[in-house]
Amino acid sequence: MNTLFGRSLQLTALVAATLSTPQVFAAEKIIKIDGSSTVYPITEAVAEEYQIATKVKVTVGISGTGGGFKKFCRGETDVQNASRPILKKEMDACKEAGIQYIELPVAYDGLTVVVNKNNDFVKSLTVEELKKMWEPAAQGKVKTWKQINSAFPDSPLKLFGAGSDSGTFDYFTEAIVGKAKSSRGDYTASEDDNVLVQGVQSDKGGLGYFGFAYYEENQDKLRAVPIVAKKGAPAVMPSYESVKDGTYQPLSRPMFIYVNASSGAFKPEVKAFINFYLENAPTLVKEVKYIPLPANEYAAVTKHWKALKSGTGFGGVPEVGIKIEELLARIK
Amino acid sequence: MTELAKKTQPSVLDNLDSVRAMIKRHKRNDILFSIIGLIALMVGLLTLCTLFIDLLVDGYGRFNLDFFSNFPSRRAERAGLLSAWVGSLLVMTVTFLTAVPMGVAAGLYLEEYAKKGWFSDLIEINVSNLAGVPSIVYGLLALGLFVYGLGLGQSVLTAGLTLGLLILPIVIVSTRESIRAIPVAIREAAYAVGATKWQVVKDHVLKYSQGGILTGVIIGMARALGETAPVITIGALTFIAFLPPSPISGTPPFINFEWLTSGFTVLPIQMFNWLSRPDHAFHINAAATGAIIIIVTLLMNGTAIYLRYKIRKNIKW
Repeated sequence: MNTLFGRSLQLTALVAATLSTPQVFAAEKIIKIDGSSTVYPITEAVAEEYQIATKVKVTVGISGTGGGFKKFCRGETDVQNASRPILKKEMDACKEAGIQYIELPVAYDGLTVVVNKNNDFVKSLTVEELKKMWEPAAQGKVKTWKQINSAFPDSPLKLFGAGSDSGTFDYFTEAIVGKAKSSRGDYTASEDDNVLVQGVQSDKGGLGYFGFAYYEENQDKLRAVPIVAKKGAPAVMPSYESVKDGTYQPLSRPMFIYVNASSGAFKPEVKAFINFYLENAPTLVKEVKYIPLPANEYAAVTKHWKALKSGTGFGGVPEVGIKIEELLARIK
Repeated sequence: MTELAKKTQPSVLDNLDSVRAMIKRHKRNDILFSIIGLIALMVGLLTLCTLFIDLLVDGYGRFNLDFFSNFPSRRAERAGLLSAWVGSLLVMTVTFLTAVPMGVAAGLYLEEYAKKGWFSDLIEINVSNLAGVPSIVYGLLALGLFVYGLGLGQSVLTAGLTLGLLILPIVIVSTRESIRAIPVAIREAAYAVGATKWQVVKDHVLKYSQGGILTGVIIGMARALGETAPVITIGALTFIAFLPPSPISGTPPFINFEWLTSGFTVLPIQMFNWLSRPDHAFHINAAATGAIIIIVTLLMNGTAIYLRYKIRKNIKW
């Protein structure tokens, strides 16, 4: 009886030990990252190098900026990739859960407007003209190039753009139409930018927009359109230089990572990972075909990070064309 | 007699041409139909072949050992499938261990034990309906139930259970159908010599239906292997450059279950991720992964057909 009891106790202990080890292991040295698919290639590159250097495990998911923030504000992830700043409702969710975060711009992307290779009449487009194409009022009405500019021929206009769940869509509508998520609905939408590339490539009257990296890879198939920000301003082609020095407006945007800085969750390995991230970003960002911040801006971001200043510089409202140093200065 | 013959013969001879024409017409229709049938078959078959060959040609350069033993990477030529195929294997293990016992037991109960009536009819309709529910719905159910309700997190266990639920109707339906194919006389003979119900089920019903059940299980598993939507919904990871802890270890207690709670990725997700990259070199990796998924699926379905043939051959009623 005694031995039987002893044995079953041993067995229970054994089972308990095997079942409880996962939690111990899970709490140990895994950095969890999720969020935007646009920022993903950068974070993946950093995670890959970091794991080679330190043996700390890093996982990166792609739930999208919105889906990722939901997890981030529940405290499920350590770092959040974001192709747009945190929104008001996400700030509230984080606040409610007691999650503090540090907002760090890590790279630029230039949203690129492209047309078919055989399109020879579009030399440049103004923000006004783009607005005419994309605003909700254009739905079902604006169907030809001539309606955009009387100098253009009377040929059909076919639009290709980001799906409404993506940060790219939010930013483009904010920059062009003036209000985030405000767009006509009758265009070919896809979350997969390769679909958009193929669409514009095979339609003579096609026009689309997507991240600079996709244009860069498909330069032989598509033509980028220089953008005129304001009347009288010069038309600017998207390029590493024009995005970096801020002349490509209003379609260049910063991309962010948000770090969970709540006292309980702020682990030393996460700190080490972010240090590594900022140190290596200039080279790795370029390698994955995104546009690195200028050196002085990386220095400002690093300083901001070392000072552990939490909060956002946006106040929950997306903004177009803001300078990174100005943004960081807003956070006290 | 002769007169009659004389009278009818010419009429047959008269008709002979029209009869021949009719036969000719019918034969032509026959050929026409078989051509239509062949075309219909070829549409499906050729599409699959073209797709498969296209994937093979595109992904040809990546079929080497490194591709299977490397972790994902930002450099396409260094990126591999290791975490994806190990993830798929572990998830499939959980799926198999949950769906098969539950599905077979449910099928057996419905066929052998349950009273026939409106209730069993209702269950039957529901099971058939479940087989047609879009897989994303299972993903949403699993997100609410397993990930948050039961707190299992985005783990191998959650994915395995989700896909297990997904193929459960397939296993149940195939179990029931292969049980139904067993002649009643076999059961009656067993009862006649004094076997209990459980003995009949264990020694006869299960034994003779195992070929059909196995086929259903393998086809279900092949489907689960290629599923992407529900696994993405529960939050499978995309970049994971380490393996879940090994289920077998060198130190006591030798078997551990840590791998069940580990994060993971699976083959179709890895393919999906590579396909959405701007860099074309990644599209080659995606093509190679697609070809591998098709090959494994074909192998699984082939095994199912072979096993069914082999087991049926040994059964002589």
